[in-house]
Amino acid sequence: MTSTNTSRPGVAEAPASGGLDRPRTRVVPPLLVHLLAALVALAAVVALTLLTDPFTNLRIATVGYYLVAVAGLALLTGFNGQVSLGHGAFMFIGAYTVALLVLHVPAFPLWADLLLAAVTSGVAGLLAGAAAARLHGPYLAGATLALAVGLPAVTQRFPELLEGSNGLSFTVNSTPDALVGVVPPTRWQAWVVWVAVLLALVVLANLARGRLGRTLRAVRDDEVAASLAGVHVGRTKVLAFLVSAVCGGLAGGLQAFLLGTAAPGSFTPALSLSLLAALVLGGLGSLWGALWGALALVYFQVWTEDFSDLLHLPTNVADNLPLALYGVVLVVVILLFPHGVQGGLHHLRLRLLASRSPRRGVTDRVTDADDPRSEGEA
Amino acid sequence: MNTIWHLVLNGISSGAVYAALGLSLVIIYRATRVVNFAQPALALISAYLAYATTKATGSYWLGFAVALLAGTLLGVLVERLLIRRVSRRSELSSIIVTLGLLLVLQAVAGMIWSNEPHAFGYAFDFRGRFSATDLFAVSAVLVTAAGVLLLFKFTPLGLRMRAAAFRPEVAKMLGVRVGLMLTAGWGLAALVGSLAGMLAIPPFISPNVLDKVFVFALTAAVLGGLDNPVGTIVGGFALGIGLSCISGLVGPELVPLAALAVLVLVLAVRPSGLFGRTIARRV
Repeated sequence: MTSTNTSRPGVAEAPASGGLDRPRTRVVPPLLVHLLAALVALAAVVALTLLTDPFTNLRIATVGYYLVAVAGLALLTGFNGQVSLGHGAFMFIGAYTVALLVLHVPAFPLWADLLLAAVTSGVAGLLAGAAAARLHGPYLAGATLALAVGLPAVTQRFPELLEGSNGLSFTVNSTPDALVGVVPPTRWQAWVVWVAVLLALVVLANLARGRLGRTLRAVRDDEVAASLAGVHVGRTKVLAFLVSAVCGGLAGGLQAFLLGTAAPGSFTPALSLSLLAALVLGGLGSLWGALWGALALVYFQVWTEDFSDLLHLPTNVADNLPLALYGVVLVVVILLFPHGVQGGLHHLRLRLLASRSPRRGVTDRVTDADDPRSEGEA
Repeated sequence: MNTIWHLVLNGISSGAVYAALGLSLVIIYRATRVVNFAQPALALISAYLAYATTKATGSYWLGFAVALLAGTLLGVLVERLLIRRVSRRSELSSIIVTLGLLLVLQAVAGMIWSNEPHAFGYAFDFRGRFSATDLFAVSAVLVTAAGVLLLFKFTPLGLRMRAAAFRPEVAKMLGVRVGLMLTAGWGLAALVGSLAGMLAIPPFISPNVLDKVFVFALTAAVLGGLDNPVGTIVGGFALGIGLSCISGLVGPELVPLAALAVLVLVLAVRPSGLFGRTIARRV
């Protein structure tokens, strides 16, 4: 794995002995660091929602659930190298779980609904992962694409329960009585979404940083070497699918909670592909990349709408502009900036650090940034 | 019994389409080890051009010719402009680039012709059991597939294309223009793909019309082993018949999931397809 990382441009020249004479400052357990970071992030989000109008609050919440979806995909595709074109299917499962629970089991509190959405989707992910563990590259991409195309059609199979292509709509009154009238509903929703998202991210960041993260990358870079080193390759791949499906399900559940609907039309294959586009844009192999990707998903939509209004573009063009943009992003980023936004930021930071203290190497930081091209060539 | 017979006949004509689109994927996969996820979009654009031509001139066959020509040209352009830059990188890169192209081309089709479905004519009379249109679809696909196989097997061009695909270095030393051969392969594949599109799209054309067909074609290609043209054609027809029966007996909405189940079952037993050779992956 290190052999692929040293091939990064600009890093190969850095002195390799850097990690040794570096003072050991990292004694705080990562869980605590991540929890503190999440608290800071939550405070920032709350402050941001207090400063902005309800419409922007809704967008902030949308960034939240896309973030957790893309982060889950980052673990699967970025860290583990399994291409999934069916991540939207797990969002579909999560959204419908929340919708059905709200409609049929109104006694459950919201957190239980969301938890069950994540669990249901996790079970589906376990099944998908078990089926997918033997597949690689294009075979896996094809199978997951079939999942994305096929699963939403299930709603037509059970028209009484799932209401066909109209989907389910419902209302969630989640605001506590004490806060009704004090906090606007969208602001409260944004808070709920971000609490759930940040909790999930703390877990993800811990997993990615720890043993699981290392095994995931080891399996991605060289399955044979990993299994020789005692890694259970199949189990690792299934686990990656499980974690990413839990994230997808949570994201779908949060989306349903936010919008009050769950309809098959929102879970097209195009959704799965735009999630992948967001991941690639943000940078494969980094959870921070998921944030840039989620922001791009929401704000590309906003900007293309504004842009179309400005130029009075016909609706045909305006409707398809975001998709075209995602497509262009996928092609251009892979061709020109294969490390994405986060890779660029990382590179920038390395250069800053290198110019500030040329004698102290920074190679031990480099292992976090992963090369999307490092997947073994078939 | 009568229904089963009806479903099988239906399945043969839709299977022909899966076989053709699957074949176009296999031609490219053999040559460049890239699964062309943009193939449905290439076929889509050429079918829209056929739609525009037929609307302007009133002639179905002129539109048909335009579609095949445009498809070939698109395939050549895509290889020259995009694939050549990524094919030396990992599998993931080429998958993502072709997916990006898929999104762009579908969006462009939606921008020009709107997301609403338009009526798209059949070649011949389509009424009745195994109509003239069905017969045309099956025979067109069989003739094309036979042509492609004969081209690869017996002509100097086919020999060069195979050499360029399997031993590019040696082929280059023997004077084969490897790059040109890869481009020719993409052109040929896109030609077959746009034929499949013209057969699959009626009665209505819209930007996402080929999504499901593509999933089935990919399933057919995987059944065949992704680098085995004959296996893919057999797989396409078998899948067509199987899915038609599922659609008629269980319900049409479950067909894509049934295709997924077939895909997963086959790959669980034979990870490189029913007819594929097991190639040791380099580690």
